Amino acid sequence: MEAKHKKYNYKEVLTAGIFKENPIFKLLLSLCPALGVTAVLVNSVGLGVIILVSLIMTNTIIAIVGKFVPDEIRIPAYITIIAGVITIMEMMVHAFMPDLFAALGVFLSLVVVNCIIMGRAEAFAAKNTVLASIYDAIGNGLGIIFALAVIAFFREFFGRGFVDFGFFRLNVFPQEYAIGFLVQPMGAFLMLGIIVGIMSTIAVGKNNQKKAALKSQKTATTKAKG
Amino acid sequence: MELFGIFIGATLVANILLAQFLGICSFIGVSKKSSSALGMGAAVVFVITISSAVTWLIFHFVLVPYHLEFMRTIVFILVIASLVQFVEMFMKKYMEGLYKALGVYLPLITTNCAVLGAALLNIDRTLSFVQTIVSGFGISFGYALVIFVFSTIRERLELSNTREGFKGVPIALVTASIMAMAFFGFSGLGG
Repeated sequence: MEAKHKKYNYKEVLTAGIFKENPIFKLLLSLCPALGVTAVLVNSVGLGVIILVSLIMTNTIIAIVGKFVPDEIRIPAYITIIAGVITIMEMMVHAFMPDLFAALGVFLSLVVVNCIIMGRAEAFAAKNTVLASIYDAIGNGLGIIFALAVIAFFREFFGRGFVDFGFFRLNVFPQEYAIGFLVQPMGAFLMLGIIVGIMSTIAVGKNNQKKAALKSQKTATTKAKG
Repeated sequence: MELFGIFIGATLVANILLAQFLGICSFIGVSKKSSSALGMGAAVVFVITISSAVTWLIFHFVLVPYHLEFMRTIVFILVIASLVQFVEMFMKKYMEGLYKALGVYLPLITTNCAVLGAALLNIDRTLSFVQTIVSGFGISFGYALVIFVFSTIRERLELSNTREGFKGVPIALVTASIMAMAFFGFSGLGG
């Protein structure tokens, strides 16, 4: 098949998901967990790891079977595979990490309809080799963990006055001064809005710099010609 | 009276978008124009109300008797996917006008986490059959209400002068935060 002869730049496949095409900050996909579970840092990293492991499994399976599935029924077929994997993950978490299971609640089952898992299956795994799909899954999964951790860190930092890393607690300022509403549902929207806004402000600034550099180059050349 | 309480609770107090964070992808994605938000809202009302009834029947008459409760995620998502497909075909044949209005939004609904989330939440709350239908209708009505109001605000936001980096989605998220604050005021209603 065509895919076999393609040369992959594995490093690029891996890092694209983390920074350039970060699922949450750049593509604005899978926002439900980004808002729903990020009130507590430990839980959000836990969900991120669950998404990473599920993504590796679904991408691997779909990269293997993707070529045999007829085009018309691929969506139901992928959804069945994904739901199967998530059900396995759900039972594992229930058995070995009951605290995390209780904290995540319905969001654990809802990983099934997480846009990023379906999206990577459809956009990458179905068309590429198994190894490349695994790299892609690791990149995107790490991107999700990174984004969830950043949002949760700042929500806890300002909303509680301390950041709980699980093994150690970083006290920043007394709890009386914390902005309590940031750990409430509405604070999640605000935090995500501000983070995405700052990131796109930086992107806009970089673009403007590039444009300005191009412009000065052009004027320099026209001046030289003149 | 009890059913009315369930309806108000599902629509306003525990609003699926602003208090539970389900279906946010479509909330941000389809709310740029109020006409498309209205179409999406109507399609969601249609699908969630039917799917909560169907999933309740399947859970209590198929999964519970055979002790297959752990299979509910996989069963529900398949039920919802095929239900959406069925509704689409049925509408195409018998309700042409409605199909033209909602047709584009129906395929998007399968991957809308609000639908699966509503089904799972209703099962978790152990409601009776009638209560489930009322609760499903309330949840989806709350979705339609919020996405429509939000889209009208976003239409105004397009015209206003926002900082360049915050244009579009970031300022919409901040607006959603303020709306969530307003909805937080309803939390006293549930008692």
